[in-house]
Amino acid sequence: MHLSVPPATRRAGFTALLALAAGISLAFLALPVVALFTEAPLGQIPDLLSDPVLQEILAVTLRTNLIANALILLLGTPTAYLLATRRFPGRAILVTLVELPLVLPPAVAGIGLLAAFSAGGLLGPPLEEAGIVIPFTEWAVVLAITFVASPFYVRQAIAAFEAVDPRLPDAARTLGAGPARTFLRVSLPLAAGGLLAGWVLAFARGVGEFGATIMFAGNVLGVTQTLPLGIYEQLDSNFDLALAIGVLLVILSAAVLLIYKLISSWRSSISTSTFPFRPSRSLPR
Amino acid sequence: MLRAIAGLARPSRGHIKLDGRPWFDADAGVSLPPEERSVGLVFQDYALFPHLSVRKNVAFGARSDPARVDELLERLQISQLARANPGTLSGGERQRVALARALARRPRVLLLDEPLSALDAHTRAEIKVQLRELLDELALPAIFISHDFRDAVALADRAAVIVGGTIRQVGPVESLARRPTDAFVAALTGNNVLRTIATPNGAGSTLTLEDGQQLRVPARASGPVGLVIAPGDVRVLAERPPDGSPTNALRGVVSGLTRLGSRVEARVGRVDVECRSEDPASTHLEPGGEAWVQLPEDAITVVPLEEAEAGR
Repeated sequence: MHLSVPPATRRAGFTALLALAAGISLAFLALPVVALFTEAPLGQIPDLLSDPVLQEILAVTLRTNLIANALILLLGTPTAYLLATRRFPGRAILVTLVELPLVLPPAVAGIGLLAAFSAGGLLGPPLEEAGIVIPFTEWAVVLAITFVASPFYVRQAIAAFEAVDPRLPDAARTLGAGPARTFLRVSLPLAAGGLLAGWVLAFARGVGEFGATIMFAGNVLGVTQTLPLGIYEQLDSNFDLALAIGVLLVILSAAVLLIYKLISSWRSSISTSTFPFRPSRSLPR
Repeated sequence: MLRAIAGLARPSRGHIKLDGRPWFDADAGVSLPPEERSVGLVFQDYALFPHLSVRKNVAFGARSDPARVDELLERLQISQLARANPGTLSGGERQRVALARALARRPRVLLLDEPLSALDAHTRAEIKVQLRELLDELALPAIFISHDFRDAVALADRAAVIVGGTIRQVGPVESLARRPTDAFVAALTGNNVLRTIATPNGAGSTLTLEDGQQLRVPARASGPVGLVIAPGDVRVLAERPPDGSPTNALRGVVSGLTRLGSRVEARVGRVDVECRSEDPASTHLEPGGEAWVQLPEDAITVVPLEEAEAGR
């Protein structure tokens, strides 16, 4: 038996199918966030946030992320500039190395950091001699965050420096600027939008860092306990506090995403308004 | 080549010197970085810094010398654009900003990469005149690259024709057009280049064109050669010359006839002709009709012919 369906009905059917799939996936993605807000005792959140435990967690999170982000910017920017502007054998391998933590499971990052910095690890003996202990200290948190978050910044920074028209640094050189002045006055300002976007992503990844930190730094209140570790810790003892931290991080993440999108659209509006030729002014329009 | 002079590219051999000071010497291993060479480079599309205002673009080259910046903005008539963003400027304005920026450093040589190619046809002619005046006024050695010989005529005193990285001919612009040494230079400078076979004949030679017509030249040559003559040197004849006199007359079908003001341009057979409308003979040029032209032997240059260049 041949069932004939009119083409218009078939097209409508296909659209309905797409809408159904999209509806299911969006509902699934939104559900945990909605649940977080409905389950959390929103009225008590101001009280919960002033909880001394949370104050300590916030302080550790702030300190470690501040140092980690400073390290990422200070070391990542020159690294990205070098990889973006110089061509040398092995460059592709270095770029891949920079990107590796993106795909590395956080638990592997944690065990790797332990293998490198613990007393019996690769750098253990010289560190011990110097009297430096890293694992399970606040510095371990900093290193874990730096390790997992830096590729988000460096990758974007390489792309941002590569997007700078190479004739502009060339022009700066012929105008008497040395390589350092050219970097500071031309390449850096022109790549600034891309660097900022990359940094926003790295910051978000760093604040949310959990796996590598818990393995390499442990979960000690006031020393290595950051917001994500705090949620994990409070799950059993104070579920409301865990929910409150969750709400805090959702708001933070949404703000970061919004800033990233604003920067991206601002950058594209700049690049479209600066480069194309305008019709000659002397011509009547 | 400009990038090599400016220090942005490193040639594999040779040397670059200014006033006896070596900027680059492949054998001696000398290569000054761009910031230590006193050059002003104007990029083809100007490469203005998009994140800086016009004034700051110019100031980039004149470190902490606001007076110099003001002077240049004034001189290039862009003072009113000082606060503008380069993205909002027209092609001609950008070029003036690029020139001001390049001059800010008081360079000892000015390099211009195709200075007219990024401009539209309307502004091109005007900018060409302004640029020539500026270059004369600056009294600064300037080197510019162009693919159009007419730009060289308008802007330069001397020119070098470079093909595939090799200089074919170098000399005063006028001499390249009047005395080209090869068929490429002859065609580039706007001359007729006709393919002929030469046979020595007495003190000179006889040139046989592809259609069998013959001409005499004072130069001695043999085998395939290029006959070079400027369109303006070709004389249009009012009628078929009597046999034997005048010499060097050719017959051909008239095509591509253009009368613009007092100028008449046409092609007779394979020869481009240029004359003035006051010339009574020019009235004999009719599209599709036949005409006689004379190629005075003293206006003809004979150049060697290479297979690849014989086409034009």
